[in-house]
Amino acid sequence: MSTTTVAHHEEHAEHPSGIMRWLTTTNHKDIGTMYLTFSLIMFLVGGSMILAIRAELFQPGLQLLNPEFFNQLIGVHALIMIFAALMPAATGFANWMIPLQIGAPDMALPRLNNWGFWLLPPSAILLTLPFTLALFGIGDGAMATGWTFYPPLSVQGGIGVDFAIFAVHLLGISSVLGSINIIVTLFNMRAPGMTLMKMPMFAWGWLITAFLLVATIPVLAGAVTMLLTDRHFGTHFFDAAGGGDPIMFQHLFWFFGHPEVYILLLPVWGFIPQILETFSRKPMYGYKAQVYSLWAIGALAVVVWAHHFFTAGMPVPALLYFMYSTMAISLPLAVLFFCWIKTMWKGSMSFETPMLFAVGWIILFGIGGLTGLVLADVAADAQYHNSYFVVAHFHYTLFAGGIMGIMAGTYYWLPKMTGHMYSEKLGKLHFWLTAISFNLTFIPQFFLGLAGMPRRIPDYALQFAEFNMISSIAAFVLGFSQLLFVYNIVSCARGGKKATDQVWEGAKGLEWTLPSPPPYHSFTEQPIVK
Amino acid sequence: MQVLKKIGLGIAVMLASLNAFADYAWNFPLPATPMAADTLHVHNKFMTITGIIFIVVLAIMIYAIFAHRKSKNFKPVTDKAPSTAVEIFWTLIPFAILLLIDFVIMGIPAYHSVIMMENTREKANMVIKITGSQWRWQYEYMDGDAQGIKFVSNLATPKEQTDKGFKGVKNEHYLLEVDNHLVLPVGEKVRVLMTATDVLHNWWVPQFGSSRVAVPGFIRETWVQVETPGTYRGQCKELCGKGHGYMPIVVDALPMAEYKVWVAAKKAELAKAAAGADKVWTKEDLIANGKTVYEKNCAVCHQVTGAGLPPAFPALTGSKIANGPIFGADGKYLKDSHLDRVLNGVRVMPSWKAVLNDTEIASVITYERNGLGNAVGDVLQPAQVKAARQ
Repeated sequence: MSTTTVAHHEEHAEHPSGIMRWLTTTNHKDIGTMYLTFSLIMFLVGGSMILAIRAELFQPGLQLLNPEFFNQLIGVHALIMIFAALMPAATGFANWMIPLQIGAPDMALPRLNNWGFWLLPPSAILLTLPFTLALFGIGDGAMATGWTFYPPLSVQGGIGVDFAIFAVHLLGISSVLGSINIIVTLFNMRAPGMTLMKMPMFAWGWLITAFLLVATIPVLAGAVTMLLTDRHFGTHFFDAAGGGDPIMFQHLFWFFGHPEVYILLLPVWGFIPQILETFSRKPMYGYKAQVYSLWAIGALAVVVWAHHFFTAGMPVPALLYFMYSTMAISLPLAVLFFCWIKTMWKGSMSFETPMLFAVGWIILFGIGGLTGLVLADVAADAQYHNSYFVVAHFHYTLFAGGIMGIMAGTYYWLPKMTGHMYSEKLGKLHFWLTAISFNLTFIPQFFLGLAGMPRRIPDYALQFAEFNMISSIAAFVLGFSQLLFVYNIVSCARGGKKATDQVWEGAKGLEWTLPSPPPYHSFTEQPIVK
Repeated sequence: MQVLKKIGLGIAVMLASLNAFADYAWNFPLPATPMAADTLHVHNKFMTITGIIFIVVLAIMIYAIFAHRKSKNFKPVTDKAPSTAVEIFWTLIPFAILLLIDFVIMGIPAYHSVIMMENTREKANMVIKITGSQWRWQYEYMDGDAQGIKFVSNLATPKEQTDKGFKGVKNEHYLLEVDNHLVLPVGEKVRVLMTATDVLHNWWVPQFGSSRVAVPGFIRETWVQVETPGTYRGQCKELCGKGHGYMPIVVDALPMAEYKVWVAAKKAELAKAAAGADKVWTKEDLIANGKTVYEKNCAVCHQVTGAGLPPAFPALTGSKIANGPIFGADGKYLKDSHLDRVLNGVRVMPSWKAVLNDTEIASVITYERNGLGNAVGDVLQPAQVKAARQ
């Protein structure tokens, strides 16, 4: 791969400064930065919510929260972490890195891009506003149904549910806009010579994510709209008394909800191999096999949804179908794991922070994946379902598999984005604290689930006390360790050792040919990929 | 190496400290039904398989991490994609192993478990119906000797223990105790019909291995066959509102002979309660009885004092409904009257028609009108409730 050199020429466009720069910007890097900053802030907001919950669960008996408020926190925590922390982080990286990786000057639809971002802050406000309104005696707080909105509980709920429905609409529109932008950019703006099968893996991961989003978000939007009309306009989609069915909502919701898991993970599966090849100083193994596996997972993602509610009652053939199709996901996923480890095998590895996170990520996401395989079994699922076992499982996939992956990406690209090196010492400390306290938080939850503790309860029987105490203490360590992450990012953005263009010794790809930080318009002369 | 020794020592200490947790559950609780035994078996098998996969893969990776480092001057090799037939054959082997694990080693036992779990009707000796409501379970025996037995099962942990900031000693079965236990005969296959009156609930006793969502307006089925006598405890497993953590399940499994004695006693008790509906009660008796019914069923939302939790749960003290007339000039109860609300419910307020008997409804309404800071002065007799149901 070779590129024409890009001169760092004067930026000729007029940019407004101050707040107007950020409000009106159509620049992919500015928008990417806003996405990432928003994501980091919401990560801390969602995290403080869960710390309040872990404080309550520290020991049996009600200590701090009322059951109503507890139920509000669990649902809003999940919605914030999924829609306002993880998804915007992935979109932020897409904005920053996809044009750089494919040799484009910017995203294809810059104004749409701006709008996509600016829908997010209002939706975050919509989600959390009911908490504040309740303090003034308006309504009874945020939605208290868990993030899944299951009716009839959500039909019964207060105004918090309506706020959450509109927040989800805005978040959904934002995601679909972002996805359209990425699809158009990837199909039209690749550098000459970069065929689809030469695209960086991150671009592939995002392309499939974008298709999944465009396919499934409208279903979610439809489902929550039906819920809204059930609540206020006398329809009976989910009310048996009017000929509806509450379980139909679960089918619609999880038709979106299961692909959503891969929507959160596919971008990470894209850039983790890139990190592995950089720090193994060896090209990634099985590029084609990985691309095909990503497609296979993307396709399977939309046909396995009912494994989220096996206990809701289904005919035997449906149970069997959803069980076996879910197990089938392990096949392409095993190919991916094989390729990741083979990329490291006989490389020349060094363990800077991004690599530490990537390796830790493989192990912990592996636990999430394997427990997922066990959960697919219908009979055992009757026990795991809605117990703390499931809570531990999906935090291994979404915290370890999602957020720790995003952290790997952050450390990997931060020098490129800011032009400065972050503190390697703090980065490593952050990794070890995160990895250890994460395991200490969630391993006890596997055992709690097996012992029979249901999720979403504000108070529990005495036999669950010890494990909950360990989990709560570790959760606080995990939470406060993230302040190191924030400090490291902020101090890196403000200054530090200058980063070279290539940043990492083994880094390959177009983004590493540009200066760090890259010029305002990334590639003003199109690079040629051989 | 020094570091490795330290890590080894650390692990040894950790393993030793696990003994401190020896009594603690590391796995599913002891199974009491064939279904739970099967589930435990399948779970153990799958966990072992996935555990082995995890350890093997981890070992390979850790070896690479230590051996193939830049700091050890390891020179990276160039990977070649498999090209010859032999190479492709070897690459396909892991794939074949996984296919075997997924669809044979794990897939076949999983298939049999599903068939067993869903076989609710074959050789079922009796049928019970379980109805979930916010936030209590109702049990009804549908056939056999026990037919007609029907009762509600409420949390029995004293309210002060579940209140915020309680510092005293909690009951042994804190949050896992109820006033009326479900009683089942040992060794009989019981077909369980499941439904709900308001939102989704899930009846789950971990030692039974069955768990099914109770869906309002639909009947779902599962089955239990308890093989060891004893008391089994469980909880609602589907978020159902603020009382979700407070609707436990307690099942007593009795040998057939003892079960029959229980059935006879329960029937007598229910007959006596039904007879109470025909006698005329004094105001004091109704209020005293009503206080118990109120605190068990109503106080969770409307609070012990009647102050409620507005705006979701209105106050009863000074409420228009609790202080307004019940009956119209024609002797029929008025729409939106106190009795109408309690019998039929509205929005979040559940319908109590099927949950409380005539005496209980009469008592609780009389209590609410003459206690909780209200002083309407009238009395509602069980006979009037009985008439109102028709």
